[in-house]
Amino acid sequence: MSGEFKQFRLETRDWLERNCPASMRAPMPPEEVVWGGRDAEFVNPDSKLWLERMAARGWTCPTWPAEFGGGGLNPAQAGILAEELARIDARPPLTSFGISMLGPVLLEYGTLEQKLEHLPKIVRGEIRWCQGYSEPGSGSDLASLNTRADLQDGYYLINGSKVWTSYADKADWIFCLVRTDFEAPKHQGISFVLFDMASEGVSTRPIKLISGSSPFCETFFDNVKAPAANIVGRLNDGWTIAKRLLQHERTMISGFGLAGGQAEGGGASETTLESIAMRYRGDKGRLSNPVLRDRIAQFKIDSEAFALTSRRSAEESTGGGPNHISSMLKYYGCELNKRRCELLLEAAGNRALGWEGEGFDEEELSLAREWLRSKANSIEGGTAEIQLNVIARRVLDLPDLTGILREKR
Amino acid sequence: MAASMLLSEEQQLLRESARGFCREQAPISLHRKLRDSRDPDGFDRDLWRRMVDLGWSGMAVPEEFGGYGFGHLGLGLVLQETGRTLVDSPLIATVLLGANAILELGSDRQKAEILPRVVAGELLLAFALDEGALHDPARIEATAFATENGYALNGAKTFVLDGHVADRIIVVARVNDGSNGAGALGLFLIDAAAPGLEITRTIMVDGRNSANLHLSNVQVSADRRLGESATSPADLDRMLDIARVGLAAEMLGSIEEVFERTLDYLRQREQFGVPIGAFQALQHRAAEMYSEIELSKSLLRAALAALDDPVSDHRRIAKLASAAKAKLSEVFFLVSNEGIQMHGGIGMTDEFDIGFFLKRARVAQQFLGDAGFHRDRYAALHSF
Ligand SMILES: Cc1cc2nc3c(=O)[nH]c(=O)nc-3n(C[C@H](O)[C@H](O)[C@H](O)COP(=O)(O)OP(=O)(O)OC[C@H]3O[C@@H](n4cnc5c(N)ncnc54)[C@H](O)[C@@H]3O)c2cc1C
Repeated sequence: MSGEFKQFRLETRDWLERNCPASMRAPMPPEEVVWGGRDAEFVNPDSKLWLERMAARGWTCPTWPAEFGGGGLNPAQAGILAEELARIDARPPLTSFGISMLGPVLLEYGTLEQKLEHLPKIVRGEIRWCQGYSEPGSGSDLASLNTRADLQDGYYLINGSKVWTSYADKADWIFCLVRTDFEAPKHQGISFVLFDMASEGVSTRPIKLISGSSPFCETFFDNVKAPAANIVGRLNDGWTIAKRLLQHERTMISGFGLAGGQAEGGGASETTLESIAMRYRGDKGRLSNPVLRDRIAQFKIDSEAFALTSRRSAEESTGGGPNHISSMLKYYGCELNKRRCELLLEAAGNRALGWEGEGFDEEELSLAREWLRSKANSIEGGTAEIQLNVIARRVLDLPDLTGILREKR
Repeated sequence: MAASMLLSEEQQLLRESARGFCREQAPISLHRKLRDSRDPDGFDRDLWRRMVDLGWSGMAVPEEFGGYGFGHLGLGLVLQETGRTLVDSPLIATVLLGANAILELGSDRQKAEILPRVVAGELLLAFALDEGALHDPARIEATAFATENGYALNGAKTFVLDGHVADRIIVVARVNDGSNGAGALGLFLIDAAAPGLEITRTIMVDGRNSANLHLSNVQVSADRRLGESATSPADLDRMLDIARVGLAAEMLGSIEEVFERTLDYLRQREQFGVPIGAFQALQHRAAEMYSEIELSKSLLRAALAALDDPVSDHRRIAKLASAAKAKLSEVFFLVSNEGIQMHGGIGMTDEFDIGFFLKRARVAQQFLGDAGFHRDRYAALHSF
């Protein structure tokens, strides 16, 4: 490793040592995740301090250019920062759709004004974004969407409704797909528009999930006004941006597949699948249920292979951003996370099946909730089946039946 | 920072030249010819000479012993390419198992004496470990009794790859030298023509050659014991792990080849007026295979890198080797079965090559431990 990187590592380590509060170096309970926004909540006051310090260096978005508030790091430096954060088990200072989804496409397709207006606020966690893609009639067939935007006096007037909009009730702004050409084929009449959720005419209604929480909403637009300058990219070319953003989203979601942990560290921790399985069976040194043991081993091998593949994919795409392999990682990562949750349920027996109240500890209660939540992994961000379609067509170059039949007609 | 998952330019060149060589000089038709003619050697000696000339017999052998020092990754890349066209050659028995055993477990004198001859293609080796229906290095019943100037070997060995053509055979046995060291492992390099050694060629379903050995009082001198002292089970394991990873590399090449052949067929074969690859039922299965293959590649790459990394300890190598052998065995199983199914009737004909991969898959899965064996070992290595 060159001297420059060595120096960077030492400085980073030193800075983190002095600036990462002790309570930020412990596992993060879900309620302490920092999403930012106008009404940001900080369950733990240290979280606010940690966010402010990291944001001041641009390290909530390490590779974004400094002129937009980012850290301006090159990939190698960003890798070192990530390793140093991992080394002290530091929590992510900020989690947001702005960071993982909107920011990357604004950097690629936004105007200078759009970048200057929105990116620094994402870096600092001042504005929380939500994603207005799915509609009641348009899920997997997203391009069939009907929410419309009509140009009127320099504004787009937006009407329609979205569904499954994660955190729409808590978000400040939305990036939204709208139809702006009603004559063109479905993919060619869509635009990508940004607007404030506090605008007149926006309303949301939370939906409760099988896991008991209500992270997403139905979202209604009734003559909502968005300035014409808020279209990202070219008018009617929103599908290009929509797809690009989905690649970023899929890469982000594929990270669920890393929850199984790098197998290397396994064994020592109290929270690994195998140690939970052994604890509830009173086993020492060897898991007594041979079937479960075999399946956990298989799961861990797949998790390790998956983590290596994520790394390889990142190395292969240096600079190019996510590619079609993101569909494979999304597909596999989500299946892995579902497998992990099912195995946890088996590992803990009826102790994992408690819903609320006395008789179960926090960890046990979270197992059932997490298991239920994991079922969404292969639905959100494009279903498993849609990812397999993308792999078949885009990666394996297999023919498109719908296209063939259309031509024959 | 962890080792890169990417190949260097030199390694890419090596892989490409190996691919070109196999495609032109060792295509599957050669495998078919050897099988159909029931070739007494089971491989083409002329081809082997050309492989030796390319340096493949010395890929992972250090330069001080006449090799080329390309490391285990170098040999792995070559094996991956020979797996694509199912090349029958002494690479596995002589190089991956034999030379590796001598390199890992032999004394300096033994290395200096034997390795240069292996690299030069003068000597064929075989490795005799298993005794029953399953790979089980913990169950060795062959014995080596200490005699005045060496040992007397007794026992039986099965599934000894290239056992019928090897000049020398490395036999794993339990040593009884009268001391309390009874039961320690020893590896003995015996001459194929040694009195008391009975070799029966067995032709396996993949067309490759294994042999059953019967040893009754085979005499071997003390300086033919590898390392000239006891081999610990951990040392034997280390040597086997290198071979397991190399075998997994060969398996990956075969997997990639079946998969690509199957994809070609999906694009080209028409039914109901459309290419069958347009049917979603087949597309999704193909996409799943693709995912599994990508994971297999990463695991193998990491395992090969770990073998060459001077700082990786044996526990880490063992975990990666078992992970790779388990995963590659599963994926070869999957892809070889789907390869037949997606070809329909023609996939079942002997005239068509795809069946060779199915046959090779099962033998490679069993060899040096199947998926179940390696998942069990992986779990034990992770203390559960
Ligand atoms: C937790 C969660 C969070 C979400 N957050 C957001 C958000 O923030 N913003 C947002 O816009 N959306 C969000 N979504 C919506 C999500 O993107 C959609 O649910 C998803 O795209 C699937 O659409 P659908 O629900 O209409 O299912 P459908 O499209 O109706 O699919 C039903 C079933 O049919 C299958 N199917 C459909 N088409 C095909 C095909 N061509 N081939 C094979 N099978 C097919 C699907 O795979 C699925 O199994 C979220 C969803 C969940 C579960």
